[in-house]
Amino acid sequence: MAITKKEVEQVCSLARLELSDSEKDEFTCQLDSILEYMAKINELETANILPTSHPIPLTNVLREDKVKESLPVEEVLANAPDAGKGHFRVPKIF
Amino acid sequence: MELAKLTCHEIHNLLKSKEITSLEVTSAVISRIEAVEPDVHAYITTTFEQALEQAKLVDKEILQGKELSPLAGIPIAIKDNMCTKGIRTTCGSKILHNFIPPYDAFVIQRLKEAGAIIIGKTNMDEFAMGSSTENSYFGPTRNPWNLDTVPGGSSGGSAAAVAADEAILALGSDTGGSIRQPAALCGVVGFKPTYGRVSRFGLIAFASSLDQIGPITKDVTDCALLSNVICGYDPQDSTSVNLPVPDFTKSLVNDISGFRIGVPKEYFIEGIHPEVKQGVEKAIGILEDLGAVRVEVSLPHTEYCVAVYYLIAPAEASSNLARYDGVQYGLRIPEEGLIDMYCHTRTQGFGNEVKRRIMIGTYALSAGYYDAYYLKAQKVRTLIKQDFEEAFKRCDVLITPTSPTPAFKIGSKTNDPLQMYLSDILTISGNLAGIPGVSIQSGWTQDGLPIGLQILAPLFGEERLLQVAYTVEQNTAEHLKYLPGTSHYTSQQL
Repeated sequence: MAITKKEVEQVCSLARLELSDSEKDEFTCQLDSILEYMAKINELETANILPTSHPIPLTNVLREDKVKESLPVEEVLANAPDAGKGHFRVPKIF
Repeated sequence: MELAKLTCHEIHNLLKSKEITSLEVTSAVISRIEAVEPDVHAYITTTFEQALEQAKLVDKEILQGKELSPLAGIPIAIKDNMCTKGIRTTCGSKILHNFIPPYDAFVIQRLKEAGAIIIGKTNMDEFAMGSSTENSYFGPTRNPWNLDTVPGGSSGGSAAAVAADEAILALGSDTGGSIRQPAALCGVVGFKPTYGRVSRFGLIAFASSLDQIGPITKDVTDCALLSNVICGYDPQDSTSVNLPVPDFTKSLVNDISGFRIGVPKEYFIEGIHPEVKQGVEKAIGILEDLGAVRVEVSLPHTEYCVAVYYLIAPAEASSNLARYDGVQYGLRIPEEGLIDMYCHTRTQGFGNEVKRRIMIGTYALSAGYYDAYYLKAQKVRTLIKQDFEEAFKRCDVLITPTSPTPAFKIGSKTNDPLQMYLSDILTISGNLAGIPGVSIQSGWTQDGLPIGLQILAPLFGEERLLQVAYTVEQNTAEHLKYLPGTSHYTSQQL
């Protein structure tokens, strides 16, 4: 097994997802066959290969620290499920 | 004259000579959408009222004698993962079903400046994760050539809209083949420019090191015209490349003499549908007759592409999709506590394929697995990139099939995610290496389904790529079948 049901539960909690028990079984089975296929890359020797994070060579992209116009607060908050007094509102944290 | 069947460059000439108006073209496309949408379902949202208003404005400018840009007055469909100010943008997901962007994506700004008419937002696999457009919260799109089959994905709505004359032009996005594969399955032209050529500002992120916007069109000329408008440097996207953009219409040259066509043996392996193989081989033969030189090349790490892609893309996605938590926009499932609200919103807002990919990505990035999966995949990505660099020392472009099979039946792969992932096997290498690729029509199966041919070029080699694509198009009889005024399926099948 590349992944167990217990690991699937752990991954769900990291990703803030909840699965029913039957979904957990289904996902464990599917992810197991996917990850088994992925293990193919371990056939290759890569000790001296540098990783590619990006297809085009890029160095840090900087711009001048100038104040520019932002989107109007009301327009940004217009999509919020709950907002008030110029802020996003969320349920209690503690 | 059936205006909806025409290409952008044909309409442009008719607008310029004042034989037709943009209002007539736009109305014709709207009538076409109304007639075939119940069957095809290419759109999530249509914007007819605004489109008609816009068309009137362009017509007014024509009457005033204003110079007409090639896209002015032309109806275009936009994949629903590009932000359009004031127009709902869902990404095919329940979690964004009510999202109305307060700004335009860079490509939308460019299209508006060029006078193009946005006719609607097209259907797609949720968050562009899929190869069949069956993963949309809004229901699947059907392939106009055979309504029992998929249009490909994830830009299936855009490809189907162009194939069914529900739009003159369309934009798609391509993370692992999501422009080229649906273009192949729908018999249209789909082009992914070099990574960095088109700004991703306002494109809802899936996998940021792979995502690229590009045209889906009826022919290569339209592809060049639309590319001219959307390509270019944008400081709002830090991965946008600051290089001069050539005039791509200069590449519309019907000549391929002396070009070295690389044929990678790993792309003609078992599992490629025999009719697809034949169709592509036939096109290569035609190019050889026209003076191109065939070169056999090898891309030895091809067999690892799917594994590398389905680790890197989900890893980037799991991070990009962390923002959907019910706070700033989209769906919220109200709960007493914050963590419960996050969990229930995401669980009810995302479909199964998105959940699977978030989980693969979270797993590959988590402590203990990072080196074995994510870092290892990035190293193999380097080897895949080097394969192309070696191959392009010996040839100018590569020609391969776009998709291993023609359009497959709706529902045939939905229960087997790995089988679905393998339908991208010939296109994802282009995203991993960042190189440009185009899919064009290269024949038909006996069942009347289109066969797509893929042309790949080195980084920033779009000009030679379009020249080869144009030459194939001009010298193959097949493409005539879907050009205006010919035996298009439209009158018989729908």
